[in-house]
Amino acid sequence: MSATATEPRPVPQIITDAVHKPRTTKRWVDWVTTTDHKKIGIMYLGLAMVFFCLGGVEALMMRLQLGVPGNTLLSGERYNELMTMHGTTMVFLFLVPIWAGFANYFVPLMVGARDMAFPRLNALSFWLFLAGGVVFYCTLFWNPPEAGWWSYPPLSSIQFSPTGISSLLGAINFYATIVNMRAPGMSWGRLPLFVWGILVYALLLIIALPAVAAAVTMLLTDRHYGTHFFDPTAHGAPVLYQHLFWFFGHPEVYIMVLPGFAVISEVLPVFSRKPIFGYKAIAAATAAIAFLATLVWAHHMFASPVPLVVLGFFMLSSFLIGVPTGIKIFNWIATLWRGSLRMTTAMYYCAGTIAIFTIGGITGIFLAVFPVDWQLNDTYFVVAHFHYTIFGGGVFPVFGALYYWFPKMSGRMMNERVGKFSFWLMFIGFNLTFFVQHALGLSGMPRRVYMYPPGLGWSAYNLISTVGSFILAAGVLVTIVNVARSLKVGKVAGPDPWKGNTLEWFTTSPPPPNNFDAIPRVRSLEPMRDIRRQVERQTGVRQKTGGSERFARV
Amino acid sequence: MRPDFTRRRAVVAFASALALSLLAAPPALADFIVPKSGGSPNANHIDSLYKIILYIAAVVFAIVAGTLLYSLLKFRAKRGAVAAQIHGNTQLEVSWTVGAALILVALTVITFVKLPGIIDPPNSDASPVLSASTTEPTPPNGKKLTICVQGRQYIWRYTYGSGCLKNYFTGKLPYSFTTMVVPKGQTVVLDIQSNDVIHSWWVPSMGGKVDAVPGYTTYTWFKALHTGFFHGQCAQLCGRDHAAMVAFIRVVSPAQYKSWLSRQKTSISSANDEVGQLRQYLTSTGQL
Repeated sequence: MSATATEPRPVPQIITDAVHKPRTTKRWVDWVTTTDHKKIGIMYLGLAMVFFCLGGVEALMMRLQLGVPGNTLLSGERYNELMTMHGTTMVFLFLVPIWAGFANYFVPLMVGARDMAFPRLNALSFWLFLAGGVVFYCTLFWNPPEAGWWSYPPLSSIQFSPTGISSLLGAINFYATIVNMRAPGMSWGRLPLFVWGILVYALLLIIALPAVAAAVTMLLTDRHYGTHFFDPTAHGAPVLYQHLFWFFGHPEVYIMVLPGFAVISEVLPVFSRKPIFGYKAIAAATAAIAFLATLVWAHHMFASPVPLVVLGFFMLSSFLIGVPTGIKIFNWIATLWRGSLRMTTAMYYCAGTIAIFTIGGITGIFLAVFPVDWQLNDTYFVVAHFHYTIFGGGVFPVFGALYYWFPKMSGRMMNERVGKFSFWLMFIGFNLTFFVQHALGLSGMPRRVYMYPPGLGWSAYNLISTVGSFILAAGVLVTIVNVARSLKVGKVAGPDPWKGNTLEWFTTSPPPPNNFDAIPRVRSLEPMRDIRRQVERQTGVRQKTGGSERFARV
Repeated sequence: MRPDFTRRRAVVAFASALALSLLAAPPALADFIVPKSGGSPNANHIDSLYKIILYIAAVVFAIVAGTLLYSLLKFRAKRGAVAAQIHGNTQLEVSWTVGAALILVALTVITFVKLPGIIDPPNSDASPVLSASTTEPTPPNGKKLTICVQGRQYIWRYTYGSGCLKNYFTGKLPYSFTTMVVPKGQTVVLDIQSNDVIHSWWVPSMGGKVDAVPGYTTYTWFKALHTGFFHGQCAQLCGRDHAAMVAFIRVVSPAQYKSWLSRQKTSISSANDEVGQLRQYLTSTGQL
């Protein structure tokens, strides 16, 4: 870096726009041929949101079917297909890639890099993701899979798509970028917590994906080439598949929620106007969760034929993972404590996440106690539990991240009032939908049934749940409309509307193709705060950045 | 304060009132915040273990949610207010780590104290309908009633009597489908198998579920405390009509059980005879 890089300047004085090449190609060609991490990030986000809507419609159809007892809207076959499509879509085509999208856009910006370590590989990841999604949805025209996203043999049909390879390439790319391309001065102790989250997300993907790749490949050869890995009639072991699948499946849960936690760790300090409480504890907890996540898989199999000692071990390991998760929640609340809270929409979503995820975490302890799990496993209690963790810990932060970073990505502010309305619809709808499902499971309703008779005490809860799911969907719709409207008429954001802490706010909104013309030397966890302070000291003018005052009511 | 601030409070109040009313609305509240129980001692033990966790969980949740809500309401940005620049507190970090760990240690201890009541079958009440077997879990005095449970798409088959795993054809043991009939006060041991895909045996009031995995035999037990009719169904997705794969347990007195068993035996053998006669007739007339 040249000496000018360390010179404090008012934010921003980016001049890279001056060296833009004049447009020579059509706009869509730019998008198809791009290797710019920001464009790829936007494409990831857009495509993942499309799949989110598809998965959401599938969920609504299932809720419609279950709204009243004895409903004949869907057949068992259709219902099983929808259930499989919903699970697979939300896991592989929405939550994993949407974090890849945010990470694509913001990891290079936050570490002060000009692009990802391997830009072409990055583009390949995206196009493989698209191909995987299209192949998966093409099955609609032939025989959609109907054995659930876990696809236990001997029932299962094969689902194979290139999205696994896409995620793996993406993960390697994030890892290489974070390890090698940090700004001068950005030691591991100054790495933003979102980047820590993505680093661990990438590592977990690299560890877990080969297991599921092995499992589905063995399943493929079982089904088409006469092997007998999982075929009980030829001394194969269906339980082996369960082990392989969940060795991937449980880390996958943390792959989906750790980036969400990481978003909370970024958003809370910015809007509390306070440093994050216990930075090292949170970073260490993230790593601890990742380590323990590879040791808890068999808690999905407490009702399977496994010996007692295995049950005991996996109960203890599942308990243990509650400790670092608890540490995070305590640190977040401590970050709010004695802060000066700007209650933006992003903040609402993050606070909502903490509340919802706490419930999901606590019900997880119930399920970890294996004798209790014998009653609760495979019931609606589990459905409630994992929606509280994954929707609460994964999807709510996606919306938080969207409201937080939308000004950076588009250069315009989202409408905060509409955003808060959307939050309340989602929050109330979510709790209506899923809280009653605890009661459904406790009163004996198993998962994955497409119909249930009246008179078992399940009807009222199911109706409440269905009504709630439509309120939730309305909340999502409000945000989608908000995005579309704000792109056109949103207030101009300026480079740093929130008074952010991290380097993405150092450049213009949206950032130019190569992000920074000069990269500042990083002296702390909050480089933007340092820069603002230094400028204030030298100029004596309070840094009013990009219109944040209008939204934050200082 | 500001109008929209009070509105926000109203929304919070509305949301919590909604959540509370959801909890309080159903008439049989107790049935819906705890798992089903009452049919068998193992289900009752699971229920009491669940309740202990529920109490601890409720306290933890109240503390976390309370602190969260308090900080969100109390520390709103005000004119002139400056956020405290705290970076952390090692003592606090250590204490909540240790605190969380201690709760989990306590839960582990409680679980293992409760465990024998859930996995070890007790003796049957004095009764004359017992048979003995040594392969499955066995009550201390060795007296139990063995029933083989076989899952297949989409029906449960029950074969009554010891040795049902090995010779349920040659032994001519009585069997029934969907509804299992058992005597009250007997320790019933179930040997669970599957003929095709993975199923899961579950009648909530009679204890936890056990997967029926092809190629494996799994075991569970129950001891019916009351006569009555208990509802359950397959808990692992087993195909398109998974929802229709129900399982019922009818608990009767030991005397009624004995007479039911002999009636079932006769009706099976007479049905077999009828089929045999029909087959003979069809073969002799050349239709088969």
